[in-house]
Amino acid sequence: MRVTVNVRRRPDISDPQGTTVARALRDLGFEVGKVRIDKEITLEVDGDDAADVEAKVADMCSQLLANPVMDDFEIHVG
Amino acid sequence: MSDVDLAPEEVPVHQALGMTDEEFASVQDILGRDPEPAELAMYSVMWSEHCSYKSSRAHLGRFPSDAPWVVVGPGENAGVVDLGDGWYAALRIESHNHPSFVEPYQGAATGVGGILRDIFTMGARPVALWDQIRFGPLDDAMNRYLFNGVVSGIAGYGNAVGVPTIGGEVAFEECYAGNPLVNVMCLGIMKAEDLVYGTAGTPGTIAVLLGNATGRDGIGGASVLASASFDEGSSEKRPSVQVGDPFEEKKLIEACLELYRRSLVVGVQDLGAAGLSCAASEPAARAGVGMDLDLDAVHVREGDMTPAELLMSESQERMMAFVDEAKVDEVLAVASKWEIDAAVVGTVKAGSDLIVRHEGAVVATIPAASLTEDAPKLHRPYGEPAWQQDLWTNTLPLLQVPNLKDALLKLLDDPSLADPRWAYEQYDHMLFTNTVVEPGHDASMIRVKGTDKGLSVSTDGNGRHCYLDPRRGGARLVYESALNVAMTGARPMAVVDNLNFGNPEKTGVMWQFVETLEGISQACEALDVPVIGGNVSFYNETDGVDIFPTPVVGMLGMADPMPTDPPRLDQVSDGDHLLMFGPRGSRNLAGSAFEKVMHGHIGGRPDEPDPYLAKAIIELAAQLACSGKVPAMHDIAEGGVALTVAEMCIASEVGATINFSTWIGLFAENPNRFVAAVPAEHVESVLAMAEELDVPTSELGRFGGDVISLQNGSHESTEIPLAEATVTYRTAIPRRMS
Amino acid sequence: MSVAVVVFPGTNCEHDVVWALDDLGVDAELVWHRETDLSSFDGVVLPGGFAHGDYLRTGAIARFSPVMAEVERMAAAGTPVIGICNGFQILTEAGLLPGVLLENRDLKFICRPIHVKVEATDTVLTRAAEPGQVLQIPLNSYEGNYRHADPDLVHVAARYCGPDGAVDEGWNPNGSIGSIAAVANGAGNVAAIMPHPERAMETILGSADGRVMIQSFVDSLEPARV
Repeated sequence: MRVTVNVRRRPDISDPQGTTVARALRDLGFEVGKVRIDKEITLEVDGDDAADVEAKVADMCSQLLANPVMDDFEIHVG
Repeated sequence: MSDVDLAPEEVPVHQALGMTDEEFASVQDILGRDPEPAELAMYSVMWSEHCSYKSSRAHLGRFPSDAPWVVVGPGENAGVVDLGDGWYAALRIESHNHPSFVEPYQGAATGVGGILRDIFTMGARPVALWDQIRFGPLDDAMNRYLFNGVVSGIAGYGNAVGVPTIGGEVAFEECYAGNPLVNVMCLGIMKAEDLVYGTAGTPGTIAVLLGNATGRDGIGGASVLASASFDEGSSEKRPSVQVGDPFEEKKLIEACLELYRRSLVVGVQDLGAAGLSCAASEPAARAGVGMDLDLDAVHVREGDMTPAELLMSESQERMMAFVDEAKVDEVLAVASKWEIDAAVVGTVKAGSDLIVRHEGAVVATIPAASLTEDAPKLHRPYGEPAWQQDLWTNTLPLLQVPNLKDALLKLLDDPSLADPRWAYEQYDHMLFTNTVVEPGHDASMIRVKGTDKGLSVSTDGNGRHCYLDPRRGGARLVYESALNVAMTGARPMAVVDNLNFGNPEKTGVMWQFVETLEGISQACEALDVPVIGGNVSFYNETDGVDIFPTPVVGMLGMADPMPTDPPRLDQVSDGDHLLMFGPRGSRNLAGSAFEKVMHGHIGGRPDEPDPYLAKAIIELAAQLACSGKVPAMHDIAEGGVALTVAEMCIASEVGATINFSTWIGLFAENPNRFVAAVPAEHVESVLAMAEELDVPTSELGRFGGDVISLQNGSHESTEIPLAEATVTYRTAIPRRMS
Repeated sequence: MSVAVVVFPGTNCEHDVVWALDDLGVDAELVWHRETDLSSFDGVVLPGGFAHGDYLRTGAIARFSPVMAEVERMAAAGTPVIGICNGFQILTEAGLLPGVLLENRDLKFICRPIHVKVEATDTVLTRAAEPGQVLQIPLNSYEGNYRHADPDLVHVAARYCGPDGAVDEGWNPNGSIGSIAAVANGAGNVAAIMPHPERAMETILGSADGRVMIQSFVDSLEPARV
């Protein structure tokens, strides 16, 4: 099953990269508000049951893919 | 306070913020009423162990801190010494132990960021960093994760901000498994006229907040993370972690240095632990003034922060500048040029009250000094732990002669003793083109451009020795670090220390603390070296088990003029004589690496250092290093003579023959000794220099060949191929980390 | 003769470059990245560091700094332009040099002395060197892994090598294709190197081998043309 995981910094955690990119975009004349930079991870996971797969991937997220200290994650199965 | 969601409803707010009932009563006394939420938040962070040193303050006055060359002693953001010819150096050490356990990369990174701000707050340009890091053994995946994360964090921040990391220590011991130690030290250089203090100045002075926007980073970091022990609920404490931005810090450094160069500020205070609470109250208390602080003017990352959150936030890369009203526009223009945000957030007032406003209302009115000077000062009970004497008698039973080859190879393979370049090659240690002696030697040395001076720094800690005897252990660290800087030709000049200890509420831990402090103080007095600053980190315990008492001593030395070709480990030549300076090895293996690595044993009592010999040997080392007659010298420390000589052989790719009378002497770690490689033509004059200073000497053997040969008279000889020793030493850490 | 040393927010080797040029008797001036007129300078250096924090991609934001249009103009006019480390990354992002620099093969920051072997001597970084000359220079980077779809088309100024000049994968510190350490444009007036020659100017710092590269740049300077 194809699973997409979005990992993003929690909104209360600072994202220096996003802030810097926002400043650069404004320098180039683009009007932008907040910019945040997230990660998207695509996985192929064995299994037929979407709920099982999602649980498995959630486990991957909390152990490795996301940093529980700083990140939230969202899982999209299929 | 309900919006600072730190604890379930039923716990009183002050307790949730880490305050005791007695402390809460003191606050009521000071204010003559119940504190408002914002006020309570400020007291909770400022009176935390981390900010107030409440358990240690009663003892810190023991440190000798005066000398004619001390410009700024303990109590400011960093200690400052006079190098002569109009140059000053600023030095400071800090711990970031608990944040690094919670999130190793960001914990270490923000530790680096914080120590840099302490230095450039004083007016100095940070020129070099050292880090002293300790973890549990590398056979455990968690420890590898922490080690890797911390090294990456130091590299990620230090390299990007553009300050070289030129030394430090890496050590592994079971007691640090649940509580790694991450200490960072920074050295700054400035012209005398650029010195700035953390003062708010006189009434009318304007407070300008520079740098990052304030967000919910590290709310309560000082009180919750740095001042409490870890237990199974530690992950709950995670919201306190801050994120570092070296890019913002770099801009902030350049902007601040420009402000100083142009004399645009009256005083400066960095925002670290306790954030705005500290940056407003400390400079006001020091100057004996009050301040009006407007939270609505603070530039924020998130719109809905409460006054308490704004006051407690530990968002990184922020500085508070105190500026004459007429110069505010110029200061804002400098900030704008360096592309950092700035906001006028307050005005210094006559009186002593810190008045904080938010959305038009006054949310706090408190005497500024009550946050600092009136903080609790505890006289915690202390006493020698019952088990201490048992430790001293718990020596290893008389040992069989070990397989010496096996022993040396095992020591070389121990990650605490092995080649640390896996770590330091990830650090930029060459930036600024000042690094004359790079990491991997006894001390690293930088030149001061525009002068003939060289500054040498060594940092040393030894938890095992201090556990076995905190007083002797503490003293030995001072002597060892002084000898290390002397190895580059420098004379010891000033000490900073980072005192990492367990839970101070235990009498035994407090005893270790007081004893260590006494040992460090006595040694500093013997060497006439002042302590110009330090940091205390308590509550380094996990599930009730304390770490070994682990003071880390940072020694600054100066060579003026700097030797043109200081001794290096890799300059041994075939045929050089192997001389040892200082007493021959004792039969005492207490606390030695040999005992630990070969027998898993930690017991006995380390030798007491001799202050007179220490002084003489340090002077001799400095003289030899400047003489041009000794290409390579090495302090004898962990692993004893055998490991010390082996390291020189490996670095120089040349073998050696070491003659010994008792094998224990090869591995004993009695203090105040070093070895040198001396070319035949200089042996006589080098020995004469030692005799002049009454330092005992012995000729241990010769360098040469491609084996390390350990010889006991004519009847016994053990040979370790240099190639095998080299591979073992070089791969010990990378092999475990791959 | 005077040289502009461009400072982006996050640049950190600018003082080292000024020190090195000063050592060779050349006036160097720090120029903020918002400057748009460099016509009074005879040459340009983009020094090492982490311009704009290296956020997004190394050099990606710096490439749009106001000063870069002027650097492009001068490069096209034949003015000597060199990039060191992060400066190399910015010049590739800006399209003034071919290729791209990715993370090191082992995904670790590398800071240690390495050797490079001079290949082409018709560049502003190598004209004072001998072909085949081996130089010991410190490497200091995380994104130093040079990639190019067709490395045979690249004007290679120097490659990583062993102490005796052997170019092979064993001596390739970061995985760069063809062990490429330094490249130039076709005309040779724009050149960049990943290791830091300005850190190898004096034997007391471990090596003076970088001098020949900085000297090459100095030798290339001609009085400013408007």
